[in-house]
This record gives sequence, structure tokens and C-alpha cells, in this order.
Amino acid sequence: MEIFVQQLINGLTLGSIYGLIAIGYTMVFGIIGMVNFAHGDVFMVSAFVALIAFLILTTWLGIGSVVLALLIVLVIGMIFTSFVSWAIERYAYRPLRGSFRLAPLISAIGMSIFLMNFVQVAQGPRNKPVPPMLQEVIVLMERDGYAVTLSYKQIIIWLVTAALLACFWFVVTKTALGRAQRACEQDRRMAALLGVDVDRTISITFIIGAALAAVAGTMYLMYYGVVSFSDGFVPGVKAFTAAVLGGIGSLPGAVIGGLLIGLIETMWSAYFSIDYKDVAAFSILAITLIFLPQGILGRPEVEKV
Amino acid sequence: MRADTPETARVDFVRAAKQAVFAGLLALALFLPLIGFQTVQNMRNELVLETRWELLTVMILLIMAASLLTSLVIEPWRARRAARPIKPVEAAPPSPLRRWLTSAALGFVLVFPVLAIASNGLQGSIKWIDNFGIQILIYVMLGWGLNIVVGLAGLLDLGYVAFFAVGSYSYALLAKTFGLSFWLLLPLSGILAAFWGVLLGFPVLRLRGDYLAIVTLAFGEIIRLVLINWVDFSNGYAGISGIPRPTFFGIPFTANDDGFSAVFGLEFSPVYRTIFLYYVILGLALLTAFVTVRLRRLPVGRAWEALREDEIACRSLGINTTNTKLTAFALGAMFGGFAGAFFAARQGFISPESFTFMESAMILAIVVLGGMGSQLGVAIAAIAMIGGTEIMRDLDFLRAVFGSGFDPTQYRMLLFGFAMVVVMIWKPRGLISTREPSAFLKERRAVSGTLVKEGHG
Repeated sequence: MEIFVQQLINGLTLGSIYGLIAIGYTMVFGIIGMVNFAHGDVFMVSAFVALIAFLILTTWLGIGSVVLALLIVLVIGMIFTSFVSWAIERYAYRPLRGSFRLAPLISAIGMSIFLMNFVQVAQGPRNKPVPPMLQEVIVLMERDGYAVTLSYKQIIIWLVTAALLACFWFVVTKTALGRAQRACEQDRRMAALLGVDVDRTISITFIIGAALAAVAGTMYLMYYGVVSFSDGFVPGVKAFTAAVLGGIGSLPGAVIGGLLIGLIETMWSAYFSIDYKDVAAFSILAITLIFLPQGILGRPEVEKV
Repeated sequence: MRADTPETARVDFVRAAKQAVFAGLLALALFLPLIGFQTVQNMRNELVLETRWELLTVMILLIMAASLLTSLVIEPWRARRAARPIKPVEAAPPSPLRRWLTSAALGFVLVFPVLAIASNGLQGSIKWIDNFGIQILIYVMLGWGLNIVVGLAGLLDLGYVAFFAVGSYSYALLAKTFGLSFWLLLPLSGILAAFWGVLLGFPVLRLRGDYLAIVTLAFGEIIRLVLINWVDFSNGYAGISGIPRPTFFGIPFTANDDGFSAVFGLEFSPVYRTIFLYYVILGLALLTAFVTVRLRRLPVGRAWEALREDEIACRSLGINTTNTKLTAFALGAMFGGFAGAFFAARQGFISPESFTFMESAMILAIVVLGGMGSQLGVAIAAIAMIGGTEIMRDLDFLRAVFGSGFDPTQYRMLLFGFAMVVVMIWKPRGLISTREPSAFLKERRAVSGTLVKEGHG
């Protein structure tokens, strides 16, 4: 029981991170129908930016308060990662709209390889550890020496995720921008005819996705305390799995899918085998795509001739 | 962007300067954190920051220069080209030059070991035959194998290296456990890989495009992770070493009395094995090319290309898409398996490290850069990308410019990724963008790649 509660807490934390990344996948797929393969690497880049910003703030500027530093890091990370994602969309994907079907995906794979190796060359191939921060934990219950703990880090991750999702939800459902986004999602050509700036809307979609990925990147760095150039690939695939599981194109689906994947991964590691946790994640991806391609909350895709 | 009439095609310096400044600012924003700062571990294992302002400045200036070049030279040139009246495209018969070029290339690869020995001596030629000849040919073969799946059938496979792994492990395990010979295990590895191709192809039959790509990626990773974790079977990360090397029809390449050198009365040298391996992989690669060329003329090859162009039309015409897709997967996997068995026999050691997603991506990049569906293009791309980085390793002046620790293979994947994006934007059909149609009326004519749709489903 204690183990289960502990894994539940860990799983929800991990799931929040996946959910934040998954939103980027699902929004982009919804609006232009492509798998933004480089999104996982954008997440990794954001974690590196967070690392560098954190080091500047703490070692050069001497900001003592970790929470304040993290807040500033979050803002810097979001701004910079938005830039990166905007540039990728503008220069690597936009010229390919209207090209043959696999072209944007191949370009995205190229971009993903490029980003991963760019960070490897620019920052070195080794793991980058940060000094541990926010070590305090709250003991929820304790029996036979096994304590179920909730760390401050986890609370911060939950709070930040919830707050950002609320903001994001407001943007998508209540603002003109969100309306334009949903319009483009339903019918891009019709939206353009009605005066929606489609290119701008798509750019903003990429920027929002990247900003949420940057939050996830900062959280990831804070939670695990280490990041390397290859850390974009597996979390990226898992977040994509989350997006597919929740129903690609559906925003609440992405969050639910993220939490589910996080829970499955931690439970699998706790009760079955930690070595095979990635195998489990990849298998879920394959099984979902083959047997339930519309996901939990998605609409089934209708094939048009 | 593009001028409509020749009058307005004049170079606009103010606009070019503005664009260059914008590009510079963008580059500053993009590169400031990751190039401006470097995280380094100090003596106490703590991360500290170092600044690299010079490198950052150089990068920004380079990008501004590229922007200026684009707006002052390339864009006016393209505008002039676009302003020219469009000539009606004459569908030319395939030029005899191409046929001649193919024969010349074939002749060159056949005598390549002789040339290498003649110019570098017996010992010095090993590096050339091994690093250039064999290494490039493995990738040419893998590229041609993947070309069947991606280029002909239009199924984007991101887990191709899994079949390479199946072939390698089949040869390594069967040869070590049962002591079977290379020539028996080579076809067996191919068959096993083809079997896996069907096995993995079967569930993904319903999927197309992006989803298919992601599922094949998942399968590729699953196979690699199982190889890592199932230690009893594959020895995990440590890999399998001491894999039996191929023999010359029963004669081993050793220094013993019954070895190859002794039997043929030659002085012992490891170069003979390298030459032998070179011809084996050359034969395998040519087999791949030959089978592909012949299959394209059979109904199954036509069905692949029809499937690539339009799956729904294909189905309505009564083509069995299930079988068509499965044969493409199986054949592509089989050639991957052959290459894998050869790879294991050549290395003598294999580990899951050799079968990462990056390897799949590299093979895919070769196919994409060369031009999906074009065999000549794939071969050229493999030579340029694999051979190119090997040559860069030996260039002294590069080391003088970039410092003594300069290792071009580090930049290989960086270049591959960048090239994939650039090729998609600039020439989505790859370097060789004309295709020879497999079905034609009266006479064969070269077709521009832009007329080939490739999977507009």
C-alpha cells in the first residue's frame, strides 16, 4: 500500500512533465497534421538553457533563493525555447507545406538529429549535473520504516503544471487566438478565407508548445538534477505516446495521456522490471497506434479520397 | 521575395542589409545560451560556466554573411531564372552517359583493392579497403535495402536497423553456438530478418505515413532494448565477442600452415581477409541492386510504386496491399539481415551500441539525400557522407583550423541532420531527382522527380 501511494505520487509528477510535452505534439498535429519529431529535442534544449540560466543566476549573480532563481530560469527558458521553436517552424517546416506527405516528417527527423548533435558538440557529451536543490520532504505516512514522502519539488511541479494548464486552457477556449487556432484545426483554407492569419496562428501554436516544453524541461532538470544531450529522445517518444493515447489533437487527452504514461511507467518499474520500463512505453505506443489510433478522447480519423 | 519582372529584379542593398541584421539578431538569440556559454566540470566535479564570445561572434558573422549572400546573389539569380520563359520540357530518353557512368563506377569498385594496394602497398592498403571500401559498401547496401521500403513502396521505416541487428545476432549466436559456417548462416540470417520483417510488418499494415514511421521506430527500439536487457540471450551491453570470421571456402585467413597465405604460397598478411570481405560485401550490394532492378519490372515492383503513389487507388484497382506491403518489408529486412550477418563476421564483435536509432536515421538520411527510389543517388549519398567524413579525419589543415582534438565524425550526424532539412526544402526529391519509369508506352523516358508523387494518399 505504501509503495503504491509513493509510486502514485512519483507517477503523477512524471506524468505532469510528459503531459506538458505532449500538449506540444498534440497541438501541432491537430493544426497541421504532422508529427513534430523535433519536439522532444526542443524539450532537451530547454533543459540545457535552464541549466545555463540557473548557473548564471546562482554562481555569477549570486541569487540565494532557489525558488526565485527557478522562477527566473522558467521565464528565460520559455522565451528562448519559443525562439528556437519559432525558428524551426519558420525555416524547416513552413517551406514544406504543400510538399509531398513525408517531407515535413523527414525534415523534422533531420531537425531532431541536428538539435541533438548540436547540443552534443556545443556542450559536450557528458551528463550535466546540477547541485541538488529543494531537498525537503513531507512525510505523509510511515509504517515498518517505509515512509511515503512528498517532496517540495513534486509539489512545485504539480502547482506549476496546474497553473500553466489553467492559463493555457483559458487561452485556447476564451481568447481570439484560441478561436483562430481551433478554426485552423478544423479547416485551414476556410479559416484563411475568413481572415485568420494561418501562418501566424501556426507559429504561435509552435511557440505555445515550446513554452510548455520549456516548463517541462526546467522541471525535469530540477527533479532529476541531471541532463544530457540525448535526454530529448526517450521523453519525447513517451510524450508522443501520451498524446496518441489521449487522442491526438485533443488537449485534455494529452494531459490525461501524460498522467497515464507517467503512472504506467512508475508502476511498471515498481512491480515488474525497471529494465524493461522503456520497452513497456514503446509497446504501449505501438499497441495504441495499431489498435486504438484515435486514442481515448480523440475523434476517429476519416479517410477522405 | 521574388521579382515579377526583370526591372524589379535589381539588387536591393537596403533590404539585404536589413535582412542580414535580422538574421544576425536571430542567430544571437538562438546561439547565445548554447554557444555563448559552455558548461564544464571543474576539479571538484562541479559544473561551472565558461564563455565563448569569439565563437559566438564568428557564428553570427557567418550567418549574416550567408544571409547577405542569399539576398544579393542567390535570390536575384533565382528571380532571373524564374523570369525566363519556361521551355516545354522535352522528355529525353535516358542518356547514354548515365549507362556509361554506371559501367565505369562498376569497373572502379571491382579493381579498387588492386588500386589501393598499388598506391599504398600491402599493409597500407588495409585502411583504405576497410575504412572506405567495406564501410561505404555496408551503408550502400543498407541504403539500397531501405530504398525498397521507403523509396519504392513509400513506407517510411524508422526502425530499419532492427533488421540489421537481427542479422548480426543471428550470425553471431548461431556461429558461436553451433559452429555453422558463414556461407550457410548468411542466407539463414537473411531469412530470419525477413521473417522479423513480416512479423513486425503485419501489425502495422493498417497504418500509413507518420504513424507507420513512429511504430517502426518503436519496434526498432524495443528490439534494441531487449538485446540490452536479455543478458542470458545476447550478453547485454557487453555484446558478443570472438565471433567466427568467414573463411575462404573452408580455408581460414590465419598465419597457420593451413591458412590462406600458406595454401596459396603467399607471405602472411591480414590484407587478404580484408580484400576477401570487400568482395563479399560488394557481391551482396550488387545482389541487392540487381534484385531491386529486376523486381521493379515484376508485378510486385509495379505494385510497390503504385502503393507509394496512391494507396486508395491501388486498393480500388484490386492490388492486394497487404501482400505488397509485406513483401516490401520482408525484402528490405532480408537485405538488412544479409548486411547484418556480414557486419558481425567482419567486426568479430557486436553489441547493442551499434544498433541505435541514430544508425536508422543515418541510413534513412542516405536514402533521402540520394533521392528516394534512386539507386545511383543512394550510392552517391553513401559515398559522400561516409567517405567524406573519413577523408576529413585525415586532413591536416582542418586540424590546424579547429584545433588538434578535431574529430569530423563528431560532426557527421550534425551534418546529416542539417542536410536532411536542407534537401527537403531545396530538392525534396534528393540529389538524383530523375526517375526511370518501370512501365512505359513505346519508349523509356526519364521522368523528372517532381512528377512522382510519393505517397500522396
